[in-house]
Amino acid sequence: MQIKESPTMYDAIIVGSGAGGGMSAKVLADAGLKIAVVEAGPFFDPADPEQMTQLKWPYQSPRRGANTTRDFGEFDMAYGGWEIEGEPYTRAEGTEFDWYRSHMLGGRTNHWGRISLRFGPNDFKHKDIDGLGENWPIGYEDVKPYYDKVDKLIGVFGTNEGLPNDPDGFFLPPPKPRLHELMYIKGARKSNIPVIPSRMSMLTKKINNDRGVCFYCGQCSRSCQVYADFSAGSCLIFPAQKSGGQVDLYVNSVVREVTTNDEGKATGVSYISKDDRKEYQLRGKVVVLAASACSSARILLNSKSKQHPNGLGNSSNVVGKYLHDSTGSSRAGFIPGLMNRKVYNEDGVGGMHVYTPWWLDNKDLDFPRGYHIEVWGGMGMPNYGFGFNPNDFNKFFGLPTGGYGESLRNDVKKYYGSVLGFGGRGEAVAREDNYCEIDPTTVDQFGIPVLRFNYKWSDFERNQARHMQSTFEELIHNMGGEVLGETPSKEDDYGLLAPGRIIHEVGTTRMGDDPKKSVVNKFQQLHDVNNVFITDAGPFVSQGDKNCTWTILALSWRASDYIVEQLKQQNI
Amino acid sequence: MDRRKSIKSILLGTVAGGLVVHGCKPEAASTEELAKVKSDSNLFGRTAEEKELIEKLNSEQFFNEHELGTIAVLSNLIMPPNDKFGGATDAGVQEFIEFMAKDVPKLQTNLRGGLMWLDHKSNTEFGTEFKSAAEEQQKQILDSIAFYDPEIPIDEHPLEIQFFSLMRNLTLTGYYTSKIGIEDLGYKGNMPNVWDGVPEDVLEQHGLAYDEEWLAKCVDQSKRGIIAEWDDEGNLLT
Repeated sequence: MQIKESPTMYDAIIVGSGAGGGMSAKVLADAGLKIAVVEAGPFFDPADPEQMTQLKWPYQSPRRGANTTRDFGEFDMAYGGWEIEGEPYTRAEGTEFDWYRSHMLGGRTNHWGRISLRFGPNDFKHKDIDGLGENWPIGYEDVKPYYDKVDKLIGVFGTNEGLPNDPDGFFLPPPKPRLHELMYIKGARKSNIPVIPSRMSMLTKKINNDRGVCFYCGQCSRSCQVYADFSAGSCLIFPAQKSGGQVDLYVNSVVREVTTNDEGKATGVSYISKDDRKEYQLRGKVVVLAASACSSARILLNSKSKQHPNGLGNSSNVVGKYLHDSTGSSRAGFIPGLMNRKVYNEDGVGGMHVYTPWWLDNKDLDFPRGYHIEVWGGMGMPNYGFGFNPNDFNKFFGLPTGGYGESLRNDVKKYYGSVLGFGGRGEAVAREDNYCEIDPTTVDQFGIPVLRFNYKWSDFERNQARHMQSTFEELIHNMGGEVLGETPSKEDDYGLLAPGRIIHEVGTTRMGDDPKKSVVNKFQQLHDVNNVFITDAGPFVSQGDKNCTWTILALSWRASDYIVEQLKQQNI
Repeated sequence: MDRRKSIKSILLGTVAGGLVVHGCKPEAASTEELAKVKSDSNLFGRTAEEKELIEKLNSEQFFNEHELGTIAVLSNLIMPPNDKFGGATDAGVQEFIEFMAKDVPKLQTNLRGGLMWLDHKSNTEFGTEFKSAAEEQQKQILDSIAFYDPEIPIDEHPLEIQFFSLMRNLTLTGYYTSKIGIEDLGYKGNMPNVWDGVPEDVLEQHGLAYDEEWLAKCVDQSKRGIIAEWDDEGNLLT
């Protein structure tokens, strides 16, 4: 088969259309460059009635929202999941990693929680504090101007609290707390645990004339038809196409490798079209990888040539290493004070209106890094699973559980909205021996070798999860509640979820000043090849107790500014 | 009521903190935006593959007529109609259970086996199949399998208790995800609105209150339609 080559010479080819790729597309298109955006999945617009899941009722589907075809329920807007047919990944024996992929325009930004936290000064230099991991080659002061610009371009609600490691920003005003959140605030104060308004990227106020304002349906995981939440397609790619930029969108196009010439410089990418299963090539002066931390590492490792026998940008042997996800552990409680509720619409924004940033000093604890607390609860829309075990809480009142008939109606109403849950999301220490690599025995349906994961938690993360659990129990007791389920034991890793489960995997192409110990420099340019950049979360050296998206956006903007400048100076 | 008016009444009806829809410009613009929000009731965002799967499952039949009849009787005992709302069968629960048995095949043996257990029990005790037994006889059987100790994991209970638990779960979830069930529950959301805090009487009922300091930081919903501008320190000016 002959590989079909496109005659167009792009200024830049961007692989992936999520937060990192979307931002690169916006910045490069605004600069007037001719770019190609190559996305493995289909085109997606949350305003398209055919694709829309927002404002649907459960009874519109025969399975009432069950998660048969979409892991987070059938109204979740992500196409993809933990397993994708024909596109496997493997795990080394005795290790765990679950990999969530979403192949569509906008990628995983179409369904994420929109929790948008800046990293603080300590997050870039944590080795200075505890001697673990590695410092970033840049600091908060380098990224701050870009965080500011991201806040203003995309919009994030929150409040300036003057916290040293949870920096202030340019926030839209937050929504008022819901009832269960007021209960949480009150309970947390008893233990001196701070609670502040959430920081999330939904528009509680107009930010420009192209995007609508939140109408409080609580369904951001379904992606917003008026573009009032941040999704990379609606907030970055579409504006890039409108800004006079020259953007060619290649959807259903799976990138196999970055192509290189005799000098070892990148010449473009080769991809397989899902539509005809044929291989094509695109040519560009610059290649920007933003396919997600693990997918970009996979592309580099699969881009072997005479000049790059160990994979592209991998002379250091660091590609794939230092993979780390946020830690996660959860607990729920039954709160009698939230029984017998008057029913009103409290959908609010999708997710929490308040949260707890990390509040302790690790010097006094048996784990080195912090976590923040997320909270959920309320009178949500019934979906598949609603009404299961409708009166288990009767046991707290010495009443029988189970039964049938009219009494079940009363039980369901009595307990509606009386459960509240916590999720801890913490920082794991990045380690060289947690990594992904190419599995030489397995290819996907496009003939591309797949990733094999090697990942184990350490006691740092387990001890952190144990602390989360005891905090959650204390909070639930403070609210006069009953903790549900047994306290997770050591054998259960204290409820610590498998790596990958929080979907914040980062670090596979980490940045640094030393080409022997890092893959990209501080502008996210490969040390080995100066016309290849990475703008997803691969370059993260560590990720703090924060979610990674806001930092992906800020760093992608910063790297993309650098690309424009370097192209102007004809350095690349 | 036309759509614009209904949106306006939704706005007025759900906003607790006294937001009134004036005719002033930014707010009117934002109200009009609410009215533009759409949802096509014939579509629910399925991909081509997902549509194909639903069509395939719909073209198959898992339960036979007798089993479906038994499910109808049983689900209506679990969630009977009352003077205000229909019951399980009115809410389409038997169609839902038929679909789920095909969609999640691991449910099949427990469901089908449990239905046979019911008939066997009813035949043994009353000389007739479950669905034809008198309601009092049916309830007598249910009383022996409908209650369980929630401290014991469900798969350690006898099969008939597991079966009934599954039936109760599917019946309730089918009912409360139906139009009737959502109305019965009173869920008020899934529509464009403006969240402006917990109603005063609810705060009182639960003994909670907003801090003035906290409220001062929150969105002023009368200015939601005005484009955000900040000073250099990040203070919102608009």
